[in-house]
Amino acid sequence: MEAGKVRVSLEVNGKAYTAEVEPRLLLVHLLRDQLGLTGTHIGCDTSQCGACTVLLDGQAVKSCTVLAVQADGGRVTTVEGLASPEGLHPVQIGFWEKHGLQCGFCTPGVIMTAVGLLQDNPRPTEEEIRTALEGVLCRCTGYQNIVRAVQYAASQMAEADERREVAAAETE
Amino acid sequence: MAQVFGAAVKRREDPRLITGRGRYTEDVQLPGMLYAAILRSPHAHARLVQVDTAAAAAAPGVVAVFTGRDLAGKMGTIPTAWLPPDSDIKATAHPALAVDKVRYVGDGVAMVVAENRYAARDALDLIRVEYEVLPAVTEQEAALQPGAPLVHDDAPGNVAFRWRAGNATDEVFTQAEVVVRQRFRQQRLIPNPMEPRAAVADYNASTGELTLWLTSQNPHIHRLLLAGILGLPEHKLRVVAVDVGGGFGAKIACYPDEALVGFAAMQLGRPVKWSEDRREHFLATTHGRDMVLDVELAGRRDGTITAIRVRNTANLGAYLSTAAPGVPTILFGLIVPGPYQIPYAAVEVTGVFTHTTPTDAYRGAGRPEATYLLERMVDLFARTIGQDPVAVRRKNLIPADAFPYHTAMGLQYDSGNYQQALDKALAMAGYADFREEQARLRQQGRYLGVGVTTYVEICGLGPSQVAGAVGFQGGLWESATVRVHPTGKVTVFTGTSPHGQGEETTFAQIVAAKFGIPVEDIEIVHGDTHRIAMGWGTYGSRTTPVGGSALAVAADRVVEKARAIAAHMLEAAAEDIEFAEGQFTVKGAPGRKASFQEVALQAYLAWNLPAGMEPALEGSAFYDPVNFVYPFGTHVCIVEVLPDTGEVKLLRYIAVDDPGPVINPMIAEGQVHGGVVQGIGQALWEGAQYDDQGQLVTGTFMDYALPKAHFFPNLETAFTETPSPHNPLGVKGIGETGTIAATPTVVNAVLDALAPFGVREIDMPLTPERVWRAIQSGRDSA
Repeated sequence: MEAGKVRVSLEVNGKAYTAEVEPRLLLVHLLRDQLGLTGTHIGCDTSQCGACTVLLDGQAVKSCTVLAVQADGGRVTTVEGLASPEGLHPVQIGFWEKHGLQCGFCTPGVIMTAVGLLQDNPRPTEEEIRTALEGVLCRCTGYQNIVRAVQYAASQMAEADERREVAAAETE
Repeated sequence: MAQVFGAAVKRREDPRLITGRGRYTEDVQLPGMLYAAILRSPHAHARLVQVDTAAAAAAPGVVAVFTGRDLAGKMGTIPTAWLPPDSDIKATAHPALAVDKVRYVGDGVAMVVAENRYAARDALDLIRVEYEVLPAVTEQEAALQPGAPLVHDDAPGNVAFRWRAGNATDEVFTQAEVVVRQRFRQQRLIPNPMEPRAAVADYNASTGELTLWLTSQNPHIHRLLLAGILGLPEHKLRVVAVDVGGGFGAKIACYPDEALVGFAAMQLGRPVKWSEDRREHFLATTHGRDMVLDVELAGRRDGTITAIRVRNTANLGAYLSTAAPGVPTILFGLIVPGPYQIPYAAVEVTGVFTHTTPTDAYRGAGRPEATYLLERMVDLFARTIGQDPVAVRRKNLIPADAFPYHTAMGLQYDSGNYQQALDKALAMAGYADFREEQARLRQQGRYLGVGVTTYVEICGLGPSQVAGAVGFQGGLWESATVRVHPTGKVTVFTGTSPHGQGEETTFAQIVAAKFGIPVEDIEIVHGDTHRIAMGWGTYGSRTTPVGGSALAVAADRVVEKARAIAAHMLEAAAEDIEFAEGQFTVKGAPGRKASFQEVALQAYLAWNLPAGMEPALEGSAFYDPVNFVYPFGTHVCIVEVLPDTGEVKLLRYIAVDDPGPVINPMIAEGQVHGGVVQGIGQALWEGAQYDDQGQLVTGTFMDYALPKAHFFPNLETAFTETPSPHNPLGVKGIGETGTIAATPTVVNAVLDALAPFGVREIDMPLTPERVWRAIQSGRDSA
C-alpha cells in the first residue's frame, strides 16, 4: 500500500469495493473519481446545497462532509443504485411526472434526501416536505414541483404498501 | 393523434438526469487526466511584486505551475463582446492571470496543474506571492469621486463609458403637475447556479485539435472567443456543453479560467480538468445587478404618466465581462417605459469600474432593474396623488388595440392584451375583497399588503442588424437542422444551448406537431460545436422565439420536399397533396396516401424521385427574426409584515404571464416558479456585500441567503396567450418573466403593508432588520 494511504472496504449500490485512499479523501470524491459514480454531484463547500446527498447505512448524508474512511464497512446507496430491475424508484418517477427538475444538477441529492424523508415519514404533509428540504438548494424549480414530486411518490408508495397488505391478507 | 403542441409532455431529458447518468462537465473522466487549481488574489487591489512558484512546482504530484508572465506571447487576454454605440467605452482586456496588478479579490494569480485535485490544491498554498496592497474602491459612486483609487490607468475617474438615449427633456418635468423622485439601489446579486463552473480540455497534438467541455450557455460564442485567445484555428476547437447545471447568465461570459485549462492541456499534452468550488464561484464568476438608479416620474393628478427619466450608475466590477456593457444600457434602458403609454422617456448610464468581481447578465439582465424602478415609481405616484395603484396602472397601460405600439425609446412592441392579464390576476387574487380585509385587519393591528406589477419584457434577442446597431459583437439569429433518417426518425441540431429549460422536449414537440410523428421519434442535439453548424446560445429568453422559429422554418422545408416526393409517388400535383397527422393524401381521394416514413424512405432510396430532385430528406434554416418579442403579464403578491420583528410572511403569490402560445404548460409553469422564487430572493434575502477593503463578506451559502423550500407558499400561476406576429410560432419566451416581475411585486406589497407607518422606501433585500428599522423610523417621524 502507498505510504500515507489506508484501505477502505464498502458496499456501494450492492457491490463490494476496496480502495486505497488518503485519509482525508472525501466520500464524494471516492464515489466520483475512483468508482466513476458521477451521479452524485458537488455544489458547495459548506454542506448547504445537498447535491452530494447519498444514503449511508440507510441514512441520508452529505457525502462532501463524510470522509471515505468513515464509510469503511458501510453500505452506500447513490442515485445510480436507486432504481431496481423492476424500474425506477417511486421518488424518481415522481420527479419525472411532476417536473421536479430543470437543470438536474441538484436532483440526485434532492432525490436521495426525499428517499430519506419518506423512509422516516411515509406520509408527510406539505409543510413537513418543505421543512425536510431545508438541507438542499435548488436554483431552478422554485421547489414547488419538487414538493409535488415528493407528494406523488408518497402516495404511490402508500398505494403500493396497501396493495401488498391486501395481497398478504388474501394469502393468509 | 392528440395535439402535441400545447401538451404537458413529460420531459425527455429527465430519465438520464434522475438516474445519475447526465454528463455534466465535471463528470468527464479521461485517461491520464490532470487537475488544475487556481490561486486567487486575497486583495482587492495590489501590485504584484513577486510570484514565487518554486516550492509549488517541486511539490509531489505537481506537473506545472503557470503565472501571468508565463502566458506572455502564448495566450491572449479576455475581451468584452458588447460595445454600446455612441459611448466612449474603455474596454481594458482581462489578462487570464494577473501580470502587474490584481484588481479584485478572486482575480487569478497562478494556476497549478497536478496529478490529482488534492495535490493541486495543496500546491496553491506553497506559492509565495508578494503583494503591495493598494487602496481599493468597491462602490460605484465612491469610485466616481475625485481622488478615488483608479482601477485602470486608462479609464480616468473609473468611468468605463457613458451612454444616453431617449426623448424626455427638462421642460417636460418643469411643466408637469406632479413629479415624483426616488433613488433605488439594485443590490449586487450572485447568480449561483447549482453547478459550479468547470472545464475539461483534451488536446491532440497530431491533429492540432482541442476539445473543451465547458459549463456554457453558448458554446459557439465560447469557441469563437477562445479560438482567438488560444490562437487556435476555429475549426480545430471543439466546445462541448451537453448537460449544464443551470446558468442564469453566469455561464454566458468567457472567463480566464476556462481559457487557462485549454492552454494547459495544449502545453502539457495531457487532458486537464478544472472545477471551481463554491467559494470561487462567489469570487470569480460574474455577479449581477448592482446599479444606483435616480428616477423622476412626471404625471398629472388624474393619474396619467407623462414622462420618466433615469440616471443609472452601474457597477461593472474590475473588468468588462463579455456582455456586461449591454446590460445597464441596451437591455435596461430600452424597456424603461414598460407597458405604459409614456410619451417621454430618457436614460443616462454611467458604467463604472470598481475593485470588485465583474458583473454581467443575471436572469433578466437589465429588464428586472428597469421593471423594478418603474413599478416602484407607479406605486409612489399613486400614493402621491391619492389613487389606487391598480387604477393608475389601468389608466396608463397600452390598450390592446394600439399594437404594434411604438415606444418613446424607439421599440415596436409586437402584440399584447395587458388588461386581460391584469384582470385575470386581480380576479385570482380577489383584489377588491383583499382591500376590505386589509382595512379590517389593520384595525386589529395586523399589517397586510398587496403588491401588483404589470410588466412587459424585451426578449427573443434579434435581429442581427439590431444586434450590430446596439453594439453586440455577434449575430442574434439562430440555426436549426432537421435530419429525417430513412426510417422517418428525426435528429434535430439546434444552435441554442438549453441547460434546464427543457427544449429537448419542447423542440421535439414543435417537430412532432409539424410532421405528425411521436415525440419519441425525435432527438434534439445541442451543445456541441462539431455537430452543430453555428448558434448563438441560450440567454435572454431567445431559445424558443429564435431557435424554435429556426426549427419551425427548417421543419417546413422538410415538409415541402416531402410533399413533392409524395406527389410524385402518388402521381398527383404537389398542390393537390394534403399533409396531416403524418399522412400525405391526395385531395378528394383519401385512399391514395403515403406516410411520412414511407416518403422518408423513398427520399433516401432515391430510385424514383421527381426530376432534378436531390436525394435525402433534411432541412436547415439560419433564421434571423424580424424583431424582438415582448412577453407581458401581471403578478400579485400578498404579504403580512410582523411589525415587532420586521419579518415578511408571503401569504399568496399570483403570476399571470403571457408568453404567446404555450408549447408545454408544465415546463412553462416550471420556468415561472423558478423565476419568481429567484425574483423574491432579490426582494427579501439575497445581496452581495463587500467590506471597505474589498473583501466579499457574503462569500458562502452561510452568508448569502439563497431561497429555500420552506420560505414559500404554493405559487398560483396562469397564462394568457397572445401570439407575436414577429415569428412563425408566435411565441415570446418565459424564462425570465418571474425574476422581472416578482421583485417589485413583493417590495410593493411590503411597502403597502407599511403605509400606515409612512415608510416610502427600503433598500433591498428587505431583511427583518431593515424592515424593523424602517418601521421604527416611521414611528419616530410620525
